[in-house]
Amino acid sequence: MSDVRLENISKRFGDTLALEEVSLHIHDDEFFVLLGPTGAGKTTTLRVIAGLEKQDDGHVYLDDMLMDGAQPADRDVAFVFQQYSLYPNMSVYDNLAFPLRSPLRRLPEGEIRQRVTEAAEKLRITHLLERKTARLSGGEMQRVSIGRAIVRQPRIFLMDEPLSNLDAKLRESLRVELKHLQKTQGSTTLFVTHDQIEALTMADRIAVLDQGRIIQNGTPFDIYDRPSTTFVAQLVGTPRINLIAAEWQDGAYRTPGAALSFARQNGAAAEKVLVGVRPEDVRPGAGDFRGEVVLVEPLGVETILHIRTGEITLLCVVSGLSSIQLGEVLSFGFAVERLHFFEMNGRRL
Amino acid sequence: MANAANAPRQKVVISTRVDKVSTGARLTSSFRATIAVIVALIMLIPVAWMAMTAFKTRPDAVAVPPKVFFEPSFEGFVSLLTSRRQLTNDEIAVYQQRTDLGWADQIALIRGQAITGPSAFPRQLLNSLIISGVSTVFSVGFGVLSAYAFSRFPVPGKDDLLFFILSQRMLPPVVVTIPIFLMYRQVGLHDTHIGMVLLYTAFNLSFSVWLLKGFIDEIPREYEEAAMVDGYTRLQAFRKIVLPQATTGIAATTVFSLIFSWNEYAFALMLTSDAARTAPPSIPLVLGTGGIEWAAIAAGSLAFLIPVVIITFLLRRHLLRGVTFGAIRKG
Ligand SMILES: Nc1ncnc2c1ncn2[C@@H]1O[C@H](COP(=O)(O)OP(=O)(O)OP(=O)(O)O)[C@@H](O)[C@H]1O
Ligand SMILES: [Mg+2]
Repeated sequence: MSDVRLENISKRFGDTLALEEVSLHIHDDEFFVLLGPTGAGKTTTLRVIAGLEKQDDGHVYLDDMLMDGAQPADRDVAFVFQQYSLYPNMSVYDNLAFPLRSPLRRLPEGEIRQRVTEAAEKLRITHLLERKTARLSGGEMQRVSIGRAIVRQPRIFLMDEPLSNLDAKLRESLRVELKHLQKTQGSTTLFVTHDQIEALTMADRIAVLDQGRIIQNGTPFDIYDRPSTTFVAQLVGTPRINLIAAEWQDGAYRTPGAALSFARQNGAAAEKVLVGVRPEDVRPGAGDFRGEVVLVEPLGVETILHIRTGEITLLCVVSGLSSIQLGEVLSFGFAVERLHFFEMNGRRL
Repeated sequence: MANAANAPRQKVVISTRVDKVSTGARLTSSFRATIAVIVALIMLIPVAWMAMTAFKTRPDAVAVPPKVFFEPSFEGFVSLLTSRRQLTNDEIAVYQQRTDLGWADQIALIRGQAITGPSAFPRQLLNSLIISGVSTVFSVGFGVLSAYAFSRFPVPGKDDLLFFILSQRMLPPVVVTIPIFLMYRQVGLHDTHIGMVLLYTAFNLSFSVWLLKGFIDEIPREYEEAAMVDGYTRLQAFRKIVLPQATTGIAATTVFSLIFSWNEYAFALMLTSDAARTAPPSIPLVLGTGGIEWAAIAAGSLAFLIPVVIITFLLRRHLLRGVTFGAIRKG
């Protein structure tokens, strides 16, 4: 039904290179997340797909049709803006009906009413329909703007951080709703976020964008379990991955300051490496290393321990509330098969 | 009354509940209102005086000391709107016998005059309406379009162009009256409606582009972009989304343009003589027989004032509302 392909898209704004050779393929029914820090070029990517920005190089295909010269109206995509603007001089109903009233569609008013009511029910905003948009809360506005996208069946939903301006609780519930909506209607979605939790929880596939380039492209598992660079490794996962510089000595990577060593089955790949250890892969209680607990952060479902050994402080997560006390000296080990090795320039080995 | 329990926790300046507004804020606001009323009254005195003079007879109008209380009369309006002929004593006697005289004729007769026909003033007022109306529509219409273009598109040399447009305003218009007069004579625009419309549009356009650009800059692009993605062309998005958002700016620009071209005196005096003569240069020239017709001049000024008052009154809601930023979330 719908299929979106970007081929080597480049876009410059004066001196800043916003996108560099970006290629993406979003399949039908897929929930695709574009994850990246601020200024990475996420919004620009969406705007190029929607036709609001013209790429300098490369091609956009929607359903295998070349769209490079097409007007936004003719591309049949829906856009939920980052800094959303509902049409302020219209009621919520008129906002939702606006895309359906487009001269391109010419729907009878009866069908418009039916579709608007349906969308409003899905998003639970039926009671707001007669209101002016200026009087809505942030969450309500965001529902309305999502509603304006789902009243029609566009080729693709482009959502630019639709949840980022909401408080944590609302964000969580809308996240679930959105995912549910996407799965029940089977709509292709390109969702932009800088929040790794949103990305990991919602995505079928994730592309990580940094400084206009796609760093990695894969399922949430790929991204989390096989990060292709230290940048990706640090971007996903809370608490952050531990990155430890180590040198090859006597058949293992060893840290210079502390007495840590990391075995690597297939031998030395480089003289010096960065070893990535996810906090949950640090196992306190048993192991070859000893360290002092310098901070305990109990979060309920899990507890974060900061363990200092030599000059290095490792983050460690244990599930549930832990009996480990501040200042305790304990032994710990690593889940050896889950270590990540990176070159000093950040590339995965 | 502001006891501790009732007093608002924070200082409330505006509220529908009078008891919630702090006493200080209430005093300040009524003090401000008083000042505003006093200033308004002072500003209105000349207008009120003009309105009074319009209804005075000639002796009342020039009376020393000025008369505040007087017998109202339509003499001023009659002399403004008609042309008359001085009657001889014999004729006056004849006229006084006649019973077919209308009320205007009778007013004229008091001063020993007979009405011979309508004056040029109604037509001049109509000229003013046509010329300033059309030029206002043009300057606001073109102004909105070019302001939108300057605001949204990467026009080459945008800043220079904008400065050039603004620089049109730096020239005192009077400086160019003679050259324009000569040009208009050459190309046959002298004393034509088109000529005056063109001139006033040219003068107002720079101002209206700048004013409107400010307003349009304030309207987030996301509105139009959303509309364009939703299946509208840029022009449709402009009409449906941008224009309704810009009403405040359009109303303000309309009033300013209208007032300028409505009041313009120097060019009208130079460039029109008869067919396209507007009201401003004519009003002071309402000549009576012997002496200045103050009542007629005041009546003319009053009639001249009314259209502007009506327009401003009609647009007041937009003028006062200020710019609403609508439902945009600042990220
Ligand atoms: N219209 C523009 N003119 C000039 N530079 C721009 C323009 N739009 C984007 N940029 C630049 O391009 C780069 C990418 O911007 P973009 O808005 O795509 O980032 P983003 O990933 O959406 O960031 P954020 O998370 O802050 O929204 C940034 O460096 C930005 O400054
Ligand atoms: Mg963005």
